[in-house]
Amino acid sequence: MSTLVAPAPEGMPGAKQAPPTIQPAWVRITHWLNVLAFLVLVTSGWRIYNASPIFAFRFPGSITLGGWLGGALLWHFAAMWLLAVNGLAYLLGNVLSGRWRRRFFPLTPRQLFGDIAAALRGRLDHDDLSHYNAVQKFAYLGAVALLVLVVLSGLAVWKPVQFALLRELMGGFDNARIVHFLAMSGLVFFVLVHVVMVAVVPRSFLLIVRGR
Amino acid sequence: MMLGPRDRHELLKDARRLMAPPARRLFLRRGLTLGGLALLTGCDAVNSDDAEKLLMKVSRWNDKVQAFLFDPNALAPTYPESMITRPFPFNAFYAEAEAPQVDANDFVLRVSGKVARRDGWTLEQLGALPQADQITRHICVEGWSAIGRWGGVPFATFLQRIGADLSARYVGFKCADDYFTSIDMPTALHPQTLLTLRYDGQTLPRKYGFPMKLRMPTKLGYKNPKHIVEIFVTDDYPGGYWEDQGYNWFGGS
Repeated sequence: MSTLVAPAPEGMPGAKQAPPTIQPAWVRITHWLNVLAFLVLVTSGWRIYNASPIFAFRFPGSITLGGWLGGALLWHFAAMWLLAVNGLAYLLGNVLSGRWRRRFFPLTPRQLFGDIAAALRGRLDHDDLSHYNAVQKFAYLGAVALLVLVVLSGLAVWKPVQFALLRELMGGFDNARIVHFLAMSGLVFFVLVHVVMVAVVPRSFLLIVRGR
Repeated sequence: MMLGPRDRHELLKDARRLMAPPARRLFLRRGLTLGGLALLTGCDAVNSDDAEKLLMKVSRWNDKVQAFLFDPNALAPTYPESMITRPFPFNAFYAEAEAPQVDANDFVLRVSGKVARRDGWTLEQLGALPQADQITRHICVEGWSAIGRWGGVPFATFLQRIGADLSARYVGFKCADDYFTSIDMPTALHPQTLLTLRYDGQTLPRKYGFPMKLRMPTKLGYKNPKHIVEIFVTDDYPGGYWEDQGYNWFGGS
């Protein structure tokens, strides 16, 4: 287990020169649990949306989970615990280990726009996987912010009377549904870009599986 | 074969009863055929009965969480008359024309279970009890919401009048359309829980649940029974029409 968590201590006699662990085990575990929770929540959420669409479209039934509204709700309100507990573990791990500050900061608008310009010219490289460029930092922080928003708006939809402050922050019950939907849409967009980027830089996939 | 309207009604009810269980059992099977998900979760190794049992366990856990979160003093927002949704939507597990017809003249509300006084109540007697009026938001489990105005007897007052055991766990409802549901005692005693006899200042119309509807702005629509004919107090979990098919029992908002 210790080899999963941290690289072998440097300078230890006889220790082989293993590549350093870039993504510790807790990051990889919370990542994949999050994938599972997200898949269940999005597909069951689409089925719940279909029961009373906000906009002039429905999701095809074949890509939804639950079979009917009651089934979808059961999945949704079970997977929400996984998303919330796993998400808290991820945030806590990041803050306590100092990874949060180390990997995501500093992040300045100047760096961000510079890296966006470089990316558009095809000159933003991913040679050093232990380091996030400004676009990555922004995207990952944005995904975390959207996850927080999707949870808060979800709580407002679930408990608009008990969580009155959240309900008001979201602009009332009906608006909370729209916020919840938009946060979901933002996250789905993030996932699409994220998966495309993994296809472009396949080594990053090994990183989130093996850690190196 | 000629069928009278009453026969047709009975036939439809039977058909519904027969159709409910298989439709219900479909949900997980269809859910588990979702290729990628089944692959990721290894769900194909788990049979759907196990998955259903697990999901129902989580739902029971969610009941407990909601009972814990429920604040007996937290009030649902109320709205001005100008914000009432007109027309207020009809909603049931059948079409509007099938809503039950209850004769006001010989109607008697039955009371049973853990109560001191089991005498029935006529609509006149209920109308003589203290009344309250409220404009609140009805939130449907499907996601839509509508604002309506209901008037009637604060349910806590009614429970006191019948000498209900207020330490009992559940209050159950049987309805003229064969609907049934049950609620927790803290919600039954909530100040905004009304045994409504009126909608928007008029006698509660048939489409909104004549002769009476229990209105709780702290719970989702399916927890608010219409066409109530019997109220009982009990410690044995009574379930409900939708709840038995998988909707969450507490259904709080």
